Amino acid sequence: MSGTCEPMMTSNQTLFSYVLRLADDHLILSQRLGEWCGEAPTLEEDLALANIALDLIGQARALYAYAGQVEGKGRDEDQLAFMRYERDYQNLLITEQPNGDFAHTIVRQFFISAYMDPFWRRMEGSKDDMLAAIAAKASKEVTYHLRHTSEWVIRLGDGTRESHERMVEALDDLMMFTGELFEMDAVAQEMLQSGVGVDASDLKAEWQHTVQTILQEATLELPKAGHMQTGGRMGRHSEHLGHILSELQYMQRSFPGLTW
Amino acid sequence: MSEAAMPLWEVFIRARNGLSHKHAGSIHATDAEMALHAARDVYTRRGEGQSIWVVRSSDIVASDPVDKDMMFEPTASKIYRHPTFYEIPDDVGNM
Repeated sequence: MSGTCEPMMTSNQTLFSYVLRLADDHLILSQRLGEWCGEAPTLEEDLALANIALDLIGQARALYAYAGQVEGKGRDEDQLAFMRYERDYQNLLITEQPNGDFAHTIVRQFFISAYMDPFWRRMEGSKDDMLAAIAAKASKEVTYHLRHTSEWVIRLGDGTRESHERMVEALDDLMMFTGELFEMDAVAQEMLQSGVGVDASDLKAEWQHTVQTILQEATLELPKAGHMQTGGRMGRHSEHLGHILSELQYMQRSFPGLTW
Repeated sequence: MSEAAMPLWEVFIRARNGLSHKHAGSIHATDAEMALHAARDVYTRRGEGQSIWVVRSSDIVASDPVDKDMMFEPTASKIYRHPTFYEIPDDVGNM
């Protein structure tokens, strides 16, 4: 996105924006999970988180490549992932939230997976063949992410007193970022109407059902929905994104076009 | 985490239909379901798996190395038990 004010978007620009924001969600979350590499509580979970991060980066790559193709200005996946400014990123705010302790990481991933699981399943029916194909691959991956994080939610919530307390805190901290998942702005509306996009607002009931079922088993409760943070889709981010990008973009900024 | 909370499990992977499960290694996990996840995440990252078994390491009964001679020595001299005198037709596939 050039950042200039465009009075009317053509359909291609809308599609570009729609695919790009999805790609941003996955890139930023993947980068966050990657920070656990070598630091996770156990070797097994270190690999589990890295595996999820790699699934997400794979989804991000496919989406960036497609976004570049839709845009038609010759930007490839690397340029879109690494060479934009903070305000150009349109990822959901929850994806950029810090890892915190293991409970925070698990709750963040659980919230997002419970959302992306039905999201990708519906996207499989998209009129856009490429998005439908990406969705078919991604939905299998995210089903596992949901299963894995659900099992952890249950064990941590219904585990020791400390693990339970940490889970309560993580749920409280991250709840305010869940409202954004179901927002439908003009871009999303247009994509929905043209049969390309998913009605995110319609996923809320399923998300709540999934989350509440697991939380109940975990002897936890979903906090009451209070004030919800928003702004990611418009490039208004929390203070965390800049720091993520400085690390993420360092190599391409220092050595533009570097490949390895 | 403590050994009691995260006991050891042995992982067996079946790479393809028609093959048997083979020991791949071991992992720590809280319980059977998490052991399956850990086994999947640690040992099937490169398309190695079609099926996974996990079993608590403490549930495995092992032969004592002291009994090695009694257990295995007698078979060393029974060459006729090896199927080396037969040609296996190609159609048989995995044996």
